[in-house]
Amino acid sequence: MSVIRKSFAPTAIKATIGAGLGFALATGAVADTPKKGGTLVIGSPQTPRHLNPAVQSGVATGMPGSQIFATPLRFDENWNPQPYLAESWKVSADGLSVTLNLRKNAKFHDGKPVTSEDVAFSIDTIKKNHPFKTMFSPVAKVDTPDPHTAILRLSKPHPAILLAMSSSLCAIIPKHVYGDGKDAKRHPMNLKPVGSGPFRFVEYVKGQHIILERDPNFFLKGKPYLDKIIYKINKNSNSLALGLERGDIHLRAFNTKSRELGRLKKNKNLVVTAQGYAAIGPIAWLAFNLKHPILGKKAVRQAIAYAVDRKFINEALHSGLSKPALGPIAMGNPLADQNAKRYDLDLGKANKMLDAAGYPRKDGGTRFQVTLDTLLSQRDVAEYLKPQLKKVGIDVKLRIPPDFPTWANWVKSHEFDMTVDVVFNWGDPVIGVHRTYVTSNIRKGVIWSNTQSYSNAKVDALLEKAGVELDPAKRKQIYLEFQKIVTDELPVYWMYGLPYHTIYNKKVGNPPLTIWGTMGPMDNVYLK
Amino acid sequence: MPILRLVLERIAYAFIVVTAVLVLNFILVRLAPGDPAEVIAGESGGITEEILAAIRRDYGLDLPIHEQLWIYLGNAIQGDLGYSFYFNSPVVELVVSRMGPTILLILAATVIALFIGTTLGVLASRNPEGLFSNFLTVASLIGYSAPAFWTGLMLIILFAFVVPIFPIAGLYDVTLSVGFFGRALDIAHHLVLPAFTLAIIYIAQYSRLARASMLEVLGSDYIRTARAKGVAERVVFFKHALRNAVLPIITITGLHFGNLLSGAVLVEAVFNWPGLGTLAFDSLLRRDYTTILALLFFSALMVIVANLATDFCYRLADPRIKGKRS
Repeated sequence: MSVIRKSFAPTAIKATIGAGLGFALATGAVADTPKKGGTLVIGSPQTPRHLNPAVQSGVATGMPGSQIFATPLRFDENWNPQPYLAESWKVSADGLSVTLNLRKNAKFHDGKPVTSEDVAFSIDTIKKNHPFKTMFSPVAKVDTPDPHTAILRLSKPHPAILLAMSSSLCAIIPKHVYGDGKDAKRHPMNLKPVGSGPFRFVEYVKGQHIILERDPNFFLKGKPYLDKIIYKINKNSNSLALGLERGDIHLRAFNTKSRELGRLKKNKNLVVTAQGYAAIGPIAWLAFNLKHPILGKKAVRQAIAYAVDRKFINEALHSGLSKPALGPIAMGNPLADQNAKRYDLDLGKANKMLDAAGYPRKDGGTRFQVTLDTLLSQRDVAEYLKPQLKKVGIDVKLRIPPDFPTWANWVKSHEFDMTVDVVFNWGDPVIGVHRTYVTSNIRKGVIWSNTQSYSNAKVDALLEKAGVELDPAKRKQIYLEFQKIVTDELPVYWMYGLPYHTIYNKKVGNPPLTIWGTMGPMDNVYLK
Repeated sequence: MPILRLVLERIAYAFIVVTAVLVLNFILVRLAPGDPAEVIAGESGGITEEILAAIRRDYGLDLPIHEQLWIYLGNAIQGDLGYSFYFNSPVVELVVSRMGPTILLILAATVIALFIGTTLGVLASRNPEGLFSNFLTVASLIGYSAPAFWTGLMLIILFAFVVPIFPIAGLYDVTLSVGFFGRALDIAHHLVLPAFTLAIIYIAQYSRLARASMLEVLGSDYIRTARAKGVAERVVFFKHALRNAVLPIITITGLHFGNLLSGAVLVEAVFNWPGLGTLAFDSLLRRDYTTILALLFFSALMVIVANLATDFCYRLADPRIKGKRS
């Protein structure tokens, strides 16, 4: 009798759980009512230096940073600014001041209120320490007429300012913690951060994990839904993939490995999506050193563009996971020119152009020799380019760097002919696009500056105008004109948007898919 | 007295080696191209020259190399090995925090390799032309030639995915909230795959060595004498033969310590084991000079200590060495 009872009890429980699951799935299909509680486990291959995005750029710090620190604004998936720490804001008609009305109930995780003083201090800290200089350089000062009003005074109109005040770019850090006179870049509290975001810091073990827990006093009532977020750090992408398949990990972002993604797509518990990277806008391109005697000629660069098959890269190398990039502004950005000159594969045309440019094939069928460098992550594309350019008589010598610093050293000192590179847009062109094309940013020794030595007075003038134009329609016109010029002159040949993908378990509700994706706050995310 | 003298001699010797290691490495590491300032400034950012210059100034990277070396040696004598650019913390703290897991991994691998390797080798030596012995020869050839990262990945796929009985990576499971004993068990559970991966190469080596060494000893005169005296075969085998055959294995184990440390770099990388290996890997890729130097310093120290320990183990196993200079 007792034997029967023992074996009966678990079956009954299983049956109940089964019924419960079935019910949950059924209701889930109708309407998603967010559920409270649970621990979201995110897998990440990167170890952040520290967790303070006010003084450190990049994805590694940005992902957890946006959970710990709130920003004045946030953006939805359609590029519209939304209230966050600022419940409302106003840009003056002349564009020279931005007034932020802060929430009165916002508190830092140590219980002290968030005030306009903190906003002024944060912007000043970012201006002094963050590598993206252009974000706040027009901000002359921040006035604080009362604790809940901050007015940014600008030296010139700056349409990028709203985006610069959003996720991961403008962490509001408490003055009473970080304003003690210590160097912000090496502040001890960067490893034990205190912010006002939806989750507060619990523990960070370098190379292993970050633990964050729900802030019960978060200023948006009822949020966040999750009790905890754990970032499991593991450099090995394949181990993270196994973790997703096993269910140990709920979510992984910034994966570009097509073989892995192809496999994960087949798993019925997982969703693989390319959404959530619009603002980051990673573009892979073939950069030309315009100081090179042959590559300095526009016709040669255009011929190379005609010889490269973007479709092959997208479909064969990336198994259909990447999309072509047609110009300097990421295709997901409303400012991008969707009708830019395309350079569809045409080997005949490429050959003719090279003949006409004065580089006929010599005995061996070779016209000239150039070196091609590559970021290690894009090595497969560089290896494709070598035989592909051979078809039009260009002898490419591949130079594969042993590691990132070596490559950066070649490119920043302008000692390269061509290189495959990946550069991020970071939302507004002022932050991530201008730097590649303006003459004033030709600076030896700085990677991801205008290392191509591209210089066109018209482009300089257009970009300067676009940087201060407040009317969105007019601004777009200026950027379209800019894109027309550079897509003709090709200081770089944009090949594809990096196929960043987010993989998440179907248990994850409201997955982070806004323009900042996992680099935005996850107060809406829940576990079903 | 000879022990004290030996220790003092060894310490003096160690000091010279360590200083040479420090100077040589300092120069070598700086000769590698690349700039840590860029890594600190962040990925693909719109960095400017001013920011880079400020970072270099902050970390003393703008001084001429001989001045940097001088400052470094001066601080090193006082026990300050510098501040990690990348990890944003004092290097000594960083290295010490990573030592535990590496020592755990190396010791576990050594014990596994010694135990399994010696046992297999000794068993094979009982019938050197038998099937088992031949199988062992082939198996150890494979075990010895398979690269650790490959073996590691295969073990992960087999025992963490196809038959998911072990965790994929890491030292412990953060999502688990358990007491001290539970955590210790969890760590042991996480230790199995990496320790075996690291041990496999050495199992292969020790089994070959034990087999060869046993065969050599079993053919020697005193074994024949013992057998002639009518000593039981079991006693001959384990007491007379094994004890002598084990001496070269002890020597090799000590010498292997440095190899194990470098093997740990690969194994730790595969299993994301938070030890000195992953730290070395990360800091190399990021040109984190101070961390690389500190790691080289500590590993030199560990190898010296291991060699010293080998000497003493040798004395315990072989009474003939007592009183002699090694």
